[in-house]
Amino acid sequence: MFELLGISSQALFGQLLIGLINGSFYALLSLGLAVIFGMLNIINFTHGAQYMLGAFTAYFLLRYAGLGYWWAIIIAPIVVGITGIIIERLFLQWLYKLDHLYGLLLTFGLALIFEGTFRNFFGSSGLPYSVPPTLQGGQNLGFMFLPNYRAWVVAFSLAVCLSTWFVIERTKLGSYLRAATENPTLVRAFGINVPRMITLTYGFGVALAALAGVMAAPIYNVSPQMGANLIIVVFAVVVIGGMGSIMGAIVTGFGLGIIEGLTKVFFPEASNTVIFIIMAIVLLIRPAGLFGRAT
Amino acid sequence: MQRVAQAMGDHAVRARSEAIAFVVMAVALIIAPMFAYPVFLMKALCFALFACAFNLLIGYVGLLSFGHALFFGWASYVGAHAAKVWGFPPELAILSGTATGAGLGAIVGALAIRRQGIYFAMITLALAQMMYFFAIQAPFTHGEDGIQAVPRGKLFGFIDLANQTNMYVTVLIIFLGCFLLIYRIINSPFGEVLKAIRENEPRAVSLGYRTERYKLVAFVLSATFAGVAGATKALVFQLASLTDVDWPMSGEVILMTLVGGLGTLFGPVVGAFFMVTLENYLTTIGQWVFVVQGVIFVVCVLLFRRGIIGELAQILRVKL
Repeated sequence: MFELLGISSQALFGQLLIGLINGSFYALLSLGLAVIFGMLNIINFTHGAQYMLGAFTAYFLLRYAGLGYWWAIIIAPIVVGITGIIIERLFLQWLYKLDHLYGLLLTFGLALIFEGTFRNFFGSSGLPYSVPPTLQGGQNLGFMFLPNYRAWVVAFSLAVCLSTWFVIERTKLGSYLRAATENPTLVRAFGINVPRMITLTYGFGVALAALAGVMAAPIYNVSPQMGANLIIVVFAVVVIGGMGSIMGAIVTGFGLGIIEGLTKVFFPEASNTVIFIIMAIVLLIRPAGLFGRAT
Repeated sequence: MQRVAQAMGDHAVRARSEAIAFVVMAVALIIAPMFAYPVFLMKALCFALFACAFNLLIGYVGLLSFGHALFFGWASYVGAHAAKVWGFPPELAILSGTATGAGLGAIVGALAIRRQGIYFAMITLALAQMMYFFAIQAPFTHGEDGIQAVPRGKLFGFIDLANQTNMYVTVLIIFLGCFLLIYRIINSPFGEVLKAIRENEPRAVSLGYRTERYKLVAFVLSATFAGVAGATKALVFQLASLTDVDWPMSGEVILMTLVGGLGTLFGPVVGAFFMVTLENYLTTIGQWVFVVQGVIFVVCVLLFRRGIIGELAQILRVKL
């Protein structure tokens, strides 16, 4: 253990780790938002609620079916992804020809419905969800104590983000996706079922949010409003990064998480607002966002 | 020539239908206290003004602000603080709230208009959330308690606003005055440029308009009127609280405008009365209010995009 500017290494690296974990969630969520926006031209305001639904699915699986964390991390994204597909077929598909704003308003309404319903049944207090037995305990690295579960969250979300990037940027499926984002009519003319691709993209983006929710459950507890405040921060992350680039979303997400963690150590009063302040500065210097293209 | 004459005729017909509707609204609001509680009416009027301010932006410039609670809430904080701690008379308290709305509008507007469309909505939401956190941390807002027991004071030194009727008449005059001012703005040459920006911004740019300046002025105007509404509400309820700056409030004003009819003159007023009445009946069901609001959002966007006044105008074939 050592000290730096009067702050113990445990506190510094502890906050850095929390920053990295928040960053993983920012990255996973803004990645999902970017993928959905690319295909559907809709900003998915329900994303925060779907993150919350992922955490609640994990909670229900444990409580009513006795299925633990490892089942939940597979089942919850699939279940929530399927509800996403239903939402896309029932509601979103009618909006593609309208102004983008209607998509935002509709998904905002859906978020209110989900969050209101859960708050009605589960109140505002969080429900505990314990760390899976295989990941309990931690490592003493000398300068800090690293809980196994937190290391897993960072590593696994990084892996998920990078594989998503790989699929979209380096595979044939991804090239269809990128082509359909650019010019759906032409891609349809080549015989590719674009409407189905759009539906599946929405399901996938939503599943990413649910996956983040399952991973967050042991850290932040499961509560109905866990997604509401997070989604606003993620919007700021998206504005900073710009939605044009997948890698941009990942880098911005992790980077801002770390900055937020450091702010908590050195200037705790600003830790809630630092991301918004960075957003304002980025808007002044580079209005299109760090990785965005000018429109 | 004929086309010009017809356009002039259309304009006259429209102005007449709007004038009739305005008189109907004013008379209804003057006799309303005989049928409904003044406090309920004043609440609805404050929200109606708030929604009209919001509609100035979404309806006539096409900019969706997801952070209008920022101006409403902070104006109500400053108005309440001015009346209670600084001992300002009500007219100055409302003016300081209004100035707060205008100042914050200039800052937020200057940042937000740097991006278009969907980003504009996200930026306004994020900045509003930032100011919400400031409101939690700033000592003068008194956190969860809010600023309570704000004195209504004496208007111009001799009209006692503790009297419910005096307060109602004051709120009504503020509302009708601002409504006429907004009407004047929309129908001025400046308003025509705003509508041109809404319809086709690149073309407005190519015609030589500095659209950014127009958008900024419209944003500041909208924030200013939201400030009037917020400060007035603080006096009516003698309270300024975190609810007024939080994001559900931004959602609510969007919903009121959407229900009434985006881009219609009277829609926001009707929408505000509709939502305030509805919430009055729904106070007993607790958290389900959010679910009901969400359902109304979904229904409006999918089936009812013109809103109440928009549909009515369609049936009557007039502009309202």
